[in-house]
Amino acid sequence: MIVWKFKGGIHPPTKKLAKDSKIEKMESSKRFYLFLAQNSGNPPKLIVQAGSEVKTGQRIADADGFVSVPLHSPVTGKVVEIKKEKHPVTGRPADMVVIEKTKADEWIKLDPVKPYTDYTPDEIKKRVVEAGIVGLGGATFPTHVKLAPSKKVDTVILNGAECEPYLTIDHRMMVEYADEICKGGVAIAKAIGATKIFAGIEENKPDAIEAMKKAGNPMGIEIVVLPTKYPQGSEKHLIYAITKKEVPSGGLPMDVGVVVDNVSTARAIYRALEYGEPLIERGLTITGEGVKASKNVFARIGTPLSDLVNYASPTEDAQRVILGGPMTGVAVDSLDIGISKGTSGITVLPEMIVKKASETNCIRCYRCVDACPTNLEPYLLYKQFKKKMFNEMKETHLMDCIECGSCAYVCPANIDHVKAFKTAKLVVRTLGRR
Amino acid sequence: MKLLTGPAPHIHDNISTRRIMLDVLIALTPAAILAVLMWGWYMLLLEIGSMAFAEFLELFVMRVFRKKKDFVPDLSASVTALLLVFNVPAGISWWTMATGILVAIIIGKEIFGGIGNNPFNPALVGRLFMYISFPVAMITWPEVNWLHFWAPAYDVATTATPLGEAKLHGVAAATQLFHGLTWTSFLGIIPGSAGETSALLLIIGFLYLWWRKVVSYEIPVAYIGTTFVLSAIFWMANPSAYYDPLTSIMVGGLMLGALFMATDPVTSPVTSRGKWIFGIGAGVITVLIRYIGAYPEGVNFAIILMNALVPFINQFTKRRVFGAVKENG
Repeated sequence: MIVWKFKGGIHPPTKKLAKDSKIEKMESSKRFYLFLAQNSGNPPKLIVQAGSEVKTGQRIADADGFVSVPLHSPVTGKVVEIKKEKHPVTGRPADMVVIEKTKADEWIKLDPVKPYTDYTPDEIKKRVVEAGIVGLGGATFPTHVKLAPSKKVDTVILNGAECEPYLTIDHRMMVEYADEICKGGVAIAKAIGATKIFAGIEENKPDAIEAMKKAGNPMGIEIVVLPTKYPQGSEKHLIYAITKKEVPSGGLPMDVGVVVDNVSTARAIYRALEYGEPLIERGLTITGEGVKASKNVFARIGTPLSDLVNYASPTEDAQRVILGGPMTGVAVDSLDIGISKGTSGITVLPEMIVKKASETNCIRCYRCVDACPTNLEPYLLYKQFKKKMFNEMKETHLMDCIECGSCAYVCPANIDHVKAFKTAKLVVRTLGRR
Repeated sequence: MKLLTGPAPHIHDNISTRRIMLDVLIALTPAAILAVLMWGWYMLLLEIGSMAFAEFLELFVMRVFRKKKDFVPDLSASVTALLLVFNVPAGISWWTMATGILVAIIIGKEIFGGIGNNPFNPALVGRLFMYISFPVAMITWPEVNWLHFWAPAYDVATTATPLGEAKLHGVAAATQLFHGLTWTSFLGIIPGSAGETSALLLIIGFLYLWWRKVVSYEIPVAYIGTTFVLSAIFWMANPSAYYDPLTSIMVGGLMLGALFMATDPVTSPVTSRGKWIFGIGAGVITVLIRYIGAYPEGVNFAIILMNALVPFINQFTKRRVFGAVKENG
C-alpha cells in the first residue's frame, strides 16, 4: 500500500506519556456539568427542568434540526440547576445542565437491541442520531450527517492517526477495543453502502497497528501505517495519505467519495447498536508534565475537570489546563465545568513548557510556509491580518486553513497565527452573510 | 491551582529570532577569525566595534523613536554589521566604516520599520553607499599581512585584487600575481574585502547554517551554479581573457554574497521555485557586470537588483494550495 505524504507538517515531541496505561474506570463524580452545546451545528433543546429526576441514558435534550443530536443524562439522579456558564470553546455564556447523582445507575437504553449485524442501513443511521453520537476526535460533528452523504461514497476511513502530542486515548482504544472499533467501522460502511474500509494509524503505535490488523483484517478492513508527522490526523491529510485524493477547497470528504470517522466514534456506534448505549461516556487521556500520573480513563460526559485533574495528581507548578492536546486544544480558566463529548483529553502543562516570549517582527524566515500542511502562506496572511485586509486574506486562502497550529509552533517571532486566523475567519463569515 | 490561558498551540519549537541571528554569527566566525589573522588587531576592532555600534543604533531607534521600552537586541544588527565589515577592505578608516554602519542600519533597515520590513539587504545598502561615497577607500586593498597581529591594517602596503587586476591587466597577469589563483582563493589567503576571501571557510559556515535549518540551499546553488556556467561560456570562447569557471566562483564577493547575503530571508523569495529564479537572476547579473560592465565585481548590484524583484517573484511563484483542485480531484 502506497502512503502519500503531504508536504509540510511538523515533528513536535510526541510525548505519549500514557501510551502503556490501560483505560481505567474512575470512580463516579457527584455532580455533572453538561453544556447543551456539545456538538457542532445547533445545540439540542432541553426537555427537563431543575428538579427533574433522570435516569442513566435518559434523553434530557432533543435534537434541534438535522445538524444536531440529542443529549442524555450520564447518571441516575436529579437535575439541580440549569444555568449560563462560559463555554470554553466559544468563550460566551451557554446553557449548562447540572445533574447530581443520587443512586447507582438505572439504565434507560435505546431499543430495540439486537446484534449489530442485524440492523438495516436506515436503522443504523437512526440509532446513531438517537444515541447522540458526534465525532469524538474533537470536531464533534454529528456523525449521522456524515452517514447521509448527498454523493456516492465508497470508502470509509477510520482515523487512528492521533497525531496530537500527549494524547493516547485513541491509541489505547485500538489496543484494547480493536474488535469493537472494527465492528463499528463495518456498520458505518453498511450504513452508507461503502465497499472499502481503511484504518489509518501512525507508525509510532505498533501495538495498536497489530491489534487492529488482528481484529480488522478478517472483517476486510485494511490497516494503513502512516508516517508520524503532525497533522497526519487531519481529515483532509488522512484522506490524501490513503487515497491520494485532495478534498477540494471548501468541500467535504464525500466530494472525493470518502467518509472519515475517529476510531472512538466507530466504537461508540458499535456500542449503540449492540448494547443500545447512548453516548454518555467516553475515553480520554489526562496527561502532561503538569500531572504526576498520566493516564487514560473512561469518564461520563459532564464529569468535572477538577475531579479528572485531581485523579491524575497535578504538580505544584501545573498552570495551564487544556481541553484536548497542546496543538489545537483550548485552555480553560475554570475547572468547574464538565468534559463534553468532544473532550479527547485533558493536557495539564506547567509554566516551564508553555512560557513564551512576546511577539516580535516577522523576519520572513518562511518556517511557517514550510510547515503549513495546506501550502498556505501564514506570514502573508498575518501581514494582511495586521492591516485588516480581510478580503485579501480570503484571496490568500484563509478559509482553507485547518488551524493545526504548525505555523505558530515553528515561528521564531512568537506570532500567534492561529488566533489571528480564527478571528479573521469569523470576520470573513460575518462579512459574507451581509 | 492558578490557571492561565492562552491561544493554541500551547507548545512551541525551541527557536527565536535571536537564536537564528546567533547561528548566522557563529557561521561567520571562521571567516572573521581568518580576517584577523591576515590583518591584525585593526580588523578585530572593526568587527567588534561595528557590531557594537550597530546594536547601539538599533537599541536607540527602538527605545527612543519606537518607544519599545522592553526591546532587547536580537543580534540582527550585529549580523548586518559583520557582513558589512566583511564587504570592505581591511584598511578602511574607522569613521568610514562607522558611516557605512549608520547608513546600513538607519537607511537600510530602520526607516522601513526595522527588522523584517526592509526590501534590500541592509549590509549591501551600506556597502553601496560607501562604494559611491568613498570610492578610493573602497578599492584600496591592504596586502595580506599574515600573523602580524600588532601591525595596523591601514599601514600595510596596498595591492590589487584578483578581479581588479584581471579587469586592468588581464587574466594572465592576475593569475601570475596570485600564484595559482583557484587554490589560494579557495583557502582565502589573498587580498580582498575582509571577510570574502576564503571560499572554504564561508562554505563551512554555510553548511552549519544549513544543518541548523536556518537557510536553504536553493539560492546559493542557483547563484553559484549560474555564475559557473556563464563564466565557463565566456572562458571557452576566449580562455586568455577570462578566468576559468572554477576560479570565477572562488574570487571576489561571490561566495560571501551567494551564501550569506542573497540568502537573507527578509529580502529573498518564499518558495523554492522563487529562490531558484532569484539565484539564477543574481548569477546572470553578476557575470554581466564582471565581464561586460564597468566594475570588476557585480555581486553587490546583482543582489540589490534581485531584492527589488522579490515581490514580483513571490507573486508569480505561489504554491498550489492543498485542495485547490479541479473537478473531482
